Amino acid sequence: MSSTSLAQPLPTGLGNKKFIIGGLLILAAVVYLIVTSTAAGAQFFFTIDELNQRGADAVGKPARVAGAVLGDTIEYDPETLTLTFTMVHMPADTRLINDDGGLAKALHAAVNDPTRSRMQVQYIGVKPDLLAHEVEAIVAGKLGADGVFYADENGLLLRCPTRYEEALPGQAGDY
Amino acid sequence: MIADLGFFALLIAFLLALYACAAAAVGSRRREQRWVSSARSAIILGFPLLTIACASLVYSLANLDFQMQYVSQVTSHSMPMYLRVTALWGGQAGSLLFWAWLMAAFTFAVMLREWRRDRDLEPWVIIVTAATLAFFLALILFFENPFLRYWQGITGTVWTAMWQPTGAQPYIPIDGNGLNPLLRHPGMIIHPPMLYIGFVAFVVPFAFAIGALVTGRSDDRWIRVTRRWTLIAWLFLSLGLILGSRWAYDVLGWGGYWGWDPVEIAAFMPWLTGTAFLHSVMIQEKRGMFKHWNMLLIILTYCLVIFGTFLTRSGVLSSVHAFAQSAIGPMFFGFIALTFGVSLALLSKRWATLKSEVEMTSLLSRESLFLINNLLFMGILVICFWGVVFPIVSEASGGIGRAIPALAHIFTGQRATVGPIFYESATGPLWAALLLLMGIAPLSAWRASTARTLGRAIWKPFLISLVVLAGLLVGGMRQPLALLALWICAFVLLVTVYEFWRGARARTNRGENFLQAFWRLVARNRRRYGGYIIHIGVILIAVGVIGIELFQQETQGSLAVGERMHLGSYSIEYESLAEFETPDGRLVDRAVVNVFKDGQPLTQLYPRRDFYYESQQAMTIPGLRSTLEDDIYILLVDWEPVSASSATFKMYVNPLVNWIWLGGFVFIFGTLVASWPEADALPQRSRARLGGTPERA
Repeated sequence: MSSTSLAQPLPTGLGNKKFIIGGLLILAAVVYLIVTSTAAGAQFFFTIDELNQRGADAVGKPARVAGAVLGDTIEYDPETLTLTFTMVHMPADTRLINDDGGLAKALHAAVNDPTRSRMQVQYIGVKPDLLAHEVEAIVAGKLGADGVFYADENGLLLRCPTRYEEALPGQAGDY
Repeated sequence: MIADLGFFALLIAFLLALYACAAAAVGSRRREQRWVSSARSAIILGFPLLTIACASLVYSLANLDFQMQYVSQVTSHSMPMYLRVTALWGGQAGSLLFWAWLMAAFTFAVMLREWRRDRDLEPWVIIVTAATLAFFLALILFFENPFLRYWQGITGTVWTAMWQPTGAQPYIPIDGNGLNPLLRHPGMIIHPPMLYIGFVAFVVPFAFAIGALVTGRSDDRWIRVTRRWTLIAWLFLSLGLILGSRWAYDVLGWGGYWGWDPVEIAAFMPWLTGTAFLHSVMIQEKRGMFKHWNMLLIILTYCLVIFGTFLTRSGVLSSVHAFAQSAIGPMFFGFIALTFGVSLALLSKRWATLKSEVEMTSLLSRESLFLINNLLFMGILVICFWGVVFPIVSEASGGIGRAIPALAHIFTGQRATVGPIFYESATGPLWAALLLLMGIAPLSAWRASTARTLGRAIWKPFLISLVVLAGLLVGGMRQPLALLALWICAFVLLVTVYEFWRGARARTNRGENFLQAFWRLVARNRRRYGGYIIHIGVILIAVGVIGIELFQQETQGSLAVGERMHLGSYSIEYESLAEFETPDGRLVDRAVVNVFKDGQPLTQLYPRRDFYYESQQAMTIPGLRSTLEDDIYILLVDWEPVSASSATFKMYVNPLVNWIWLGGFVFIFGTLVASWPEADALPQRSRARLGGTPERA
């Protein structure tokens, strides 16, 4: 903040300029904060296919990957709080998924398709209550050189096909 | 049928809202009051009609009429009566209806006020409120009808329709899905209504603002009329946000209270512009400045209210609030774009008439500091908005990244998201600046303030705050960020308390005893001292946030019976685990954990896991010991089945987190003080007639 001492009101022109400069300074600070924080905090979304295509390029870079959980592969060691499971590739476009019959259908198709690419995930922490077969997992972390995706702390999000808004045929406005 | 009753009430309310828009427009154009009065009657009727609609839905929910799709989605046999009733806002269709009902209630209250002095504004207030109401009612009627029923054809297929299709029989599921267990928490039962009240109440000042723009009034009448409405809106929005954080802390089981989830931000953004608006209007009332700002802020607040409802209701962004998804997104988007466009067009048309009555002169004057306040709130808003839309922006704007290599790491063309780190590091400095401003602005003078006059007012609290800083250093705190943040808090708190003391002392000099002087000081200047109480609440919240953000400790581990785990000066010992079923359909696993401090027994906690059979969903409830110093927060993670010989726990120590809730109470109390009607003073109208301007800070 300026420490200018102003006992007398300044002529309008100079007064205005001062406020414009002050405003621009705040604006510049906001832009600077946004740019630096975005660079530091951005996590890029990848599908498992995209991550595989990038190969060694993707190793060690912050990423966010969504996929369908294979229930049989979930292993949890409460002693070390180590959770491992395998995720199956899913298309990223939510509109495609919705047009295609919704998340539940997309998840079902993914886990039953042996040709799709897969990825092993390791997460250290509390096993989430929602983790189960055929739910969508979104993991944030880094791909290791060993091909295992290491999720960050609190970097495991789960989405089950909305149980509470169960889609039945012919919903919405069919009267 | 009760559902038919509700549906028709809804339909009539919708038609009446459309009529009200049209009639008010005709009345305004022809300058015929009878048309406006007719519009007013029509919009007033919306409230009883929507009350009927809500009541019939609540009746069906309470009586578990599972043939109704909405009822079977959000209730079940095992749910107690209070949950069945509050399931009205447990799902999408119901909460939209509830929103519309609140909107109708507020419109009703506004319409019953004395309009004689504001005849020119009246038709436009009716048009804006009725159009908003009509939009929501259209969404409910055509996209999210809560009164739809299940029908089964001869082939066995089940579908939904309002009335019995030919050849179909009613289909009644045996039991409903039940409300999402995460939502079965007292905080979550009252959180949505608070938030919604805050949302809809902001429509009132917006409606008056639009009225002022259309009629070309450049005075502050619209602000004076809606001052209390705005405060009420802001009070409930704040309350909703605080309750939401408390719910997250108690139920989501991650040791935090605010996760920068898009839906949280959606409710937070109108609060930001609303807060800036509340401050900014004082300058217009006092000095006739900031007229463009106030219009812009209230327009933004209204659009963000609708945007917030849209984000929570459309499922456009995946988040923990993913329980409501549907295809109403484009409708919301269209409505926001339309209102925003029309409002801005009106504002630009009236831009010249809204020129400030005086020029701003001194950088340190109260006006100038309030302008900085506006800019900082807008800065935080822009950061939040950027964070919310970043996933869309980053994907669509790969071209910018390719054109400007310096920005290539931001605009990659790949879908990306930003997390809490982004919001914390981007908004942190602005919050600190706002806090500091909160300490300086009340001491600055109107029109012209110099560094010297300001310094004279500030030096005492400033010196004492340095003593506090020294105390923290002696106490062993070395984290620069924490020292800076806590020093700012101490400084602002001292300035604010000093302001109370100065005011009260001036009165004691006139022979009042101190308590009396204090009481009268606040009672005679409710807006000013209510505001200061709110500021104290904000500082307490800030202290809590600093405590948990910078000093939170956590550990996790698996314990055999009798084994201990340590964290800071605390340790916990696993004693036993019991599994039992409850009458409301839960399987509960509850651990008994002894807590020690410095080796001495302190208390016993019961972290548990509730498994809901009907929804096949589990919920982790922490064991919590809460004091002003810190919270011990223990989660039951896993356990050895059957024998329960060992169990895994996650343990947090959250220093000072209770100050957030304490600050919340102070905050709400301050808002009540500021908005309490001034019983001892003359009504505003007669004061204005007498030519006196009431003293305002």
